Amino acid sequence: MLTTETLVKELVEKNGRTRNSLMPVLQGIVREQNYLSDEAMICVAKELDLSAADVYGTASFYSFLDTIPRGKNIIRICKTITCHMQGKDDIVNALSNALKIKIGETTHDKKFTLLTTNCLGWCHKGPVMLVNDEVYPELTPQKALEIIEEYAKKTVI
Amino acid sequence: MSKYLVNLKINNMPIAVEEGTTILDAAKKLNFRIPTLCHHPDLTVAGNCRVCVVEVKGAKLLAAACATPVSEGMEVFTNSEKVRIARKHIVELLLSEHNSDCTKCYKNGNCELQELASEYRIGDHVFLDLVRPESKIQDISSPSIVKDDSKCIRCQRCVRTCTELQGVSALAVVHKGDQQKISTFLNKPLNEVVCTNCGQCINRCPTGALTERNYIEEVWNAIYDPSKFVVVQTAPATRIALGEDLGIPVGERVTGKMVAALKKLGFNKVLDTDFTADLTIMEEGTELLTRLKRALVDKDETVVLPMMTSCSPGWIKFQEHIFPELLDNLSTCKSPQQMFGAVAKTYYADKINIKAQDMVVVSIMPCTAKKFECERPEMRDSGYQDVDYVLTTRELSMMIRQAGIDFCKLEEDHYDSILGESSGAAVIFGATGGVMEAALRTAYEIVTGREVPFTNLNIQPVRGMEGIKDASIKIKNVKPEWSFLEGVDLNVAIAHGLANARQLMEKVKSGEANYHFIEIMGCPGGCLGGGGQPIPTSPEIRKKRAEAIYEEDAGMPIRKSHENPEIVEIYKQFLGEPLSHKSHDLLHTHYKPRHRY
Ligand code: SF4
Ligand code: SF4
Ligand code: SF4
Ligand code: FES
Repeated sequence: MLTTETLVKELVEKNGRTRNSLMPVLQGIVREQNYLSDEAMICVAKELDLSAADVYGTASFYSFLDTIPRGKNIIRICKTITCHMQGKDDIVNALSNALKIKIGETTHDKKFTLLTTNCLGWCHKGPVMLVNDEVYPELTPQKALEIIEEYAKKTVI
Repeated sequence: MSKYLVNLKINNMPIAVEEGTTILDAAKKLNFRIPTLCHHPDLTVAGNCRVCVVEVKGAKLLAAACATPVSEGMEVFTNSEKVRIARKHIVELLLSEHNSDCTKCYKNGNCELQELASEYRIGDHVFLDLVRPESKIQDISSPSIVKDDSKCIRCQRCVRTCTELQGVSALAVVHKGDQQKISTFLNKPLNEVVCTNCGQCINRCPTGALTERNYIEEVWNAIYDPSKFVVVQTAPATRIALGEDLGIPVGERVTGKMVAALKKLGFNKVLDTDFTADLTIMEEGTELLTRLKRALVDKDETVVLPMMTSCSPGWIKFQEHIFPELLDNLSTCKSPQQMFGAVAKTYYADKINIKAQDMVVVSIMPCTAKKFECERPEMRDSGYQDVDYVLTTRELSMMIRQAGIDFCKLEEDHYDSILGESSGAAVIFGATGGVMEAALRTAYEIVTGREVPFTNLNIQPVRGMEGIKDASIKIKNVKPEWSFLEGVDLNVAIAHGLANARQLMEKVKSGEANYHFIEIMGCPGGCLGGGGQPIPTSPEIRKKRAEAIYEEDAGMPIRKSHENPEIVEIYKQFLGEPLSHKSHDLLHTHYKPRHRY
C-alpha cells in the first residue's frame, strides 16, 4: 500500500498544485483510504500551501469526506421523509441487528460502517441505500441483508 | 481611466456614483446608514449576515446592500416596510442562535450585535432558542484570546481577517448547517494551533465571540496589595489611541492624560516603554552594524542577513511557525516590553531600593500577543517573570472607567523618572516603518557622525501605509572606523500585517530580495493598529493614529534614541555598551521553531 505522503504527492502531481485541486485530492485520498486521516490533511496542506484549518474546514463540510476512520464498505441509508415513509426504519433495524452496530458505528472487523444520508434523489423508488458508490433502490429488509451479505463475502481485510 | 458614473435614486433622492460602488457606499454618501454585521472596511465582501438588506424597485428579492453594486436607473429603499420587517426578523433569527447574556458579556456596551438588537428593540423570543449548550464552553487555552462560540454569529470576519490580512488561516469555517462554526484544525484549542495571538480577529469580531483574555482583576489585586510595588509601562501606540475609548476623537494624543490616569489608578510608578524602545535601537542598531561588519569585512559566512526586527511578538510567533528556517535572521533583541521588564527588576529595582520579588511590572500594550510573550519561558532573565501582566489599551480604558475617573477633564502629567524619559524615535515604534526610521536615525549617525540626510529627520520613504515598502540609503563620507561601509547602498524593506510579511519572506527565502535590514510589524499599520487597540478599526482610523504618532515625534525635544540622557546613563552605570555581556544576559533572547500545521 502507498504511504499517505506518496499518495498525496501523486494526487497533487496529477491534479495540480493549486487550491482548485483541493477537492479532487481529498476525494482521491478517500477513495484509497476511506477517510481523511490527520496526517493526510496535513500532507495536503503542505503540498497545496494551505493552512491545515483550511483543509479541515473543507473536509468537514462534505458528508462524503470523512475525517474519522471508516470501514471498507460504507452503507448510507436515505433518512429523508419519502424513504422514511416507505420503511427506512425497518432497513436500518435489519442492518443494525445483522451487523451489530448502530448508525455512525463501524463493525469490529472494519468491513462496514453504517450511516444515514440526506436525499439521494430516488424518492420514487424508496427506501434506498447507497453502498460505497452503488445505489440500491426499492429495498426490503431481506433484500438489504442479501446485498450486505454479498459485500461481506467479497471484502478481504 | 475614469470610471463611468451611474445614476440611481436612494429613498427618492438622486445620486451619481462611480460604477462598481455598492448600494451601501452610495447610501452612505447620502447619509443613509444601513446596518451591517459581516461587512468590514478592511475585508472582502461576504454578504452572509443579510442585515443590510434593502428593497430595489422591480426586484423580487431584497438585496444585500454591501454586496450589490449600483446600476443605472436603480431605485433603492433602505427603510421600507418590507425592509424593516425583514431586517428585524434577521436580527431575531441571529439572536435565536446567540447566547444573549449581555449583562455578563465582556462586550457589553461595545457590541455591534447588541447595538442592532437595541436599535430594533428586539423584545421577547420570537423564534426558538437554539443555542447549543456545548457551544458555551469557552476556549481559554490561549493567554491572549478567549473564544466563545455561543456568542458567534458566523459572520466570518475573523476568518477573513486571519486569512486576508494575516495570511495565517488559523481559523476556518468548519462543518455545515446548524453545526457550522468557526474553528481550528481538528477543533484544537487555540494555543495548540498556528495562531500568532495577534488579536486582529478580536478587533473585527462584531460580538463577544472573540475577546482578549483580560487581567484587570489581577492588576487591581496587585495595586491593592500593600506588599507590592507596582510599576506600569506604556507602549508607544497606547498614547495615540486610548482616548478613543474614553470619549476623545480619533487621532488625538492623550499622553499626559494617560499618565495622570495611571497615577490616579494607584500605580506606584508610571514609566515608559518608550525608554526601552530607545534601548532597543541602541542594541539593534549595533547588532545590525556588527552583522554588516562581519559580513563585509570579516567575510564571515555564518552571518545571516537580512537582519529582521524582533519587537512584534505576533510576528515572532508567526515566523517560528511558518518560516522556522529564517529564525537566525531575527535580531536577538527582546521587544521593548521585555527589555523594560528585565531592566525594571534589576537596574531599576536596585536604584529605588525595592526587591525584585516585591515588584510587579504591568504593561499597557496595544497588543494581545504581548500577553503571550510575557509568559514565554525565555522572558525571566531578571530571575523572575520580567513582566507580570499585560493589559491592552482597551483594558486600561475599562479600569479608568471603573475608577470613576473623568478622563477628558484630567490635567496632563509627566512620566516618573528614571525609565520615563524617551525620544521621538521611540514613539514612532508605534507605526509601520517607525522602528526602521528610528534605527536609521541612530545607525547613520554612528557611522557618519552626521544626522540622516532628511528634512527634520523625517525619513519619508519608510513612512506610509503601503503593505510592503522598500528604500535604499547611500552611506557616504563615513568615519574612518566604518570605512567598509563607504559608498554602500543600505537596502531596507518594511512590511506590516502578516500577509504582507509572508510575501516578503517568500522573496527572502527564494533569494529574490537583496536587503540588509527588514522591519516587520505583525498588525496592519503597525502597533497603532494592534489587536489590543480600541475597536473599531479601519484604514481611516489607522491613518489618523499614524498622523498623531508622527506629530508626537515632531514635538519631542529629543528625536534620536542615542541622545536620550537616561539611555546614556544606563550604559554608563549598568550595561557598559551595546551588546555587552550584561546586555546579552538581560536584553537578548533566542527563538524556537514551532509546527507549521
Ligand atoms: S455578544 Fe453582544 S449581544 Fe451577545 S451577549 Fe455579548 S454583548 Fe450581548
Ligand atoms: S467569531 Fe466573531 S468575527 Fe468570527 S464569525 Fe463569529 S461573530 Fe463573526
Ligand atoms: S489572533 Fe491573529 S493569528 Fe490568531 S486567529 Fe486571530 S487573526 Fe488569526
Ligand atoms: S453586512 Fe451585508 S450581508 Fe452582512
